[in-house]
Amino acid sequence: MRERLSSALETGAAWALGLFWLAPLLYAIWTAFHPAAYATHFDVTAPLTLENFARAWGAAPFARYFLNTTLIVAMIVGAQCVLCTLAAFAFARFTFRGRDLLFALVLIQLMISPEILAVVNYRTVRALGSVDTLLGVALPYLASAFGIFLLRQAFLQVPKDLEEAARLEGCGTLGVLWRVYVPLARPIYLAYGLVQVSYHWNNFLWPLIVTNSVETRPLTVGLSVFASSDQGIDWSVITAATLMTSGPLLVGFLLFQRQFVQSFMRAGIK
Amino acid sequence: MRRPAHEEERAGKSVRLARLLPRRTSVEAWLLLLPSVVLLATFAHVPIVATLIDSFYSTPRRNRPSHFVGLDNYQDMIADPIFWKALTNNLIYALGTIPASIAIALAMALFVNSRLPGRALLRMAYFTPTVLPMIAVANIWLFFYTPGYGLLDQIAALFGGHTTNWLGSQQTALGAIMVVTVWKEAGFFMIFYLAALQQIPPDLREAAAIEGASRFAFFRRVTWPLLMPVTLFILVNAVINAFRTIDHIFMMTGGGPDNATNVLLFHIYEVGFKFWDQGAATALTIVLLAILGLLALAQFVIAGRKVHYQ
Repeated sequence: MRERLSSALETGAAWALGLFWLAPLLYAIWTAFHPAAYATHFDVTAPLTLENFARAWGAAPFARYFLNTTLIVAMIVGAQCVLCTLAAFAFARFTFRGRDLLFALVLIQLMISPEILAVVNYRTVRALGSVDTLLGVALPYLASAFGIFLLRQAFLQVPKDLEEAARLEGCGTLGVLWRVYVPLARPIYLAYGLVQVSYHWNNFLWPLIVTNSVETRPLTVGLSVFASSDQGIDWSVITAATLMTSGPLLVGFLLFQRQFVQSFMRAGIK
Repeated sequence: MRRPAHEEERAGKSVRLARLLPRRTSVEAWLLLLPSVVLLATFAHVPIVATLIDSFYSTPRRNRPSHFVGLDNYQDMIADPIFWKALTNNLIYALGTIPASIAIALAMALFVNSRLPGRALLRMAYFTPTVLPMIAVANIWLFFYTPGYGLLDQIAALFGGHTTNWLGSQQTALGAIMVVTVWKEAGFFMIFYLAALQQIPPDLREAAAIEGASRFAFFRRVTWPLLMPVTLFILVNAVINAFRTIDHIFMMTGGGPDNATNVLLFHIYEVGFKFWDQGAATALTIVLLAILGLLALAQFVIAGRKVHYQ
């Protein structure tokens, strides 16, 4: 009896928390899909509309922002996968002087991300002539201590026999890396990739500092410009724009929930 | 004297093997490392040193180039009440959001890990804020908080409450921002607890049940100690985030009203990129770096002790 009461209480608490967690999002969805008159007025018979999305899409160059974000994310995640693979392999399977010291130095970047050093990094990017370019947004993130760390962990697990076999077959260093290590670390790549895609899709501060025009602004910065410009307080349109910009990640998450959750788990377990 | 043929063959083979197998030179290693090391040094290590040096120099102005000023930037900073306000706010923000996020994350993980009805849906509900951009989250909550109009005030009106300007009042603005942070972060931390909970062997629970231990006793004596390493990991992440995540402050309050929601990194942004005062901004950055450095040191010491304990 007491067991059943406590389990009912637990279920209640869990769902109350769940509801609280969903409420802001549900509220936003309600507002975005109904005419402005119903924004704060709940009525089951309220007509559904896509009007708000159309107006948001027309009011700001969101298509361009989508393109910019996609290009930035592709550039960063692509470069990270290649560069971190190479560096992680060196740390995992080579012995050279100063290796451990160098690895410790690399790990400093886990704590100190580029936006904390924005003042000096902005100067560097300006000196490279990359202010207000997509490359400028991506540059400080192209190498990642986090990626090096994760992949090194994965590569250390690979049995050395496999590598020796590949070497006997005539593979060089890069061949071994490509044929043996990379395939065996595939789940780690997936996990790391998903985490990084969602991180950089959502990144705001550094792009805000470095970009200055429609041609370079990612979605997050575009959305903040849109919401704080002269849209007044037409919440229906702003909410529609908000959902639109988070849409791809949200839909991706709902479709591949398991992979997402497992990826975040895998990337977090050290 | 001639060696037997097969011996010669074996010698040749081992030479070939030696040539094939451990051909790992440090030159190769450095080539592999080069691109990452150059980029990390350019955007992390060199800037740390450059920030420190710059903090002893004045801000270059049109008719007056940068010159050495010693500790002037730091003295100005200490004399500036906004710096102290931002620092205090940041500490309140950290002390308020971190324990709340961790406690809620643990509760979520325990809920989702038990045999509740609809736990897949619950897990989704808890985790969804994690995949949303902070800017989008801020927009959604901005609407939520709108005085007289947002859901919060409508609920208050339902119970006869009056309208509250959550983000516009000195007393409530920082708290309102903190709620958003917890909402966004707890689901993310839940994942790590969930992963750890799933690794606790089920026979421990069976053994405890045979001993007649209550669920609470089991949690306190078995689950919680086993979760210690994850808690430490989450704690470190939460502290870093508390000093780094400021996107929603841009969107919701812009540091106001009257600096009530100004925190260190936001202050650095304002000084560095609105007032373009490089000297002051680098001095502030050094404070932030010092805090993060101390944190890293603390983690190192605690993690070191943990290893001895095991």
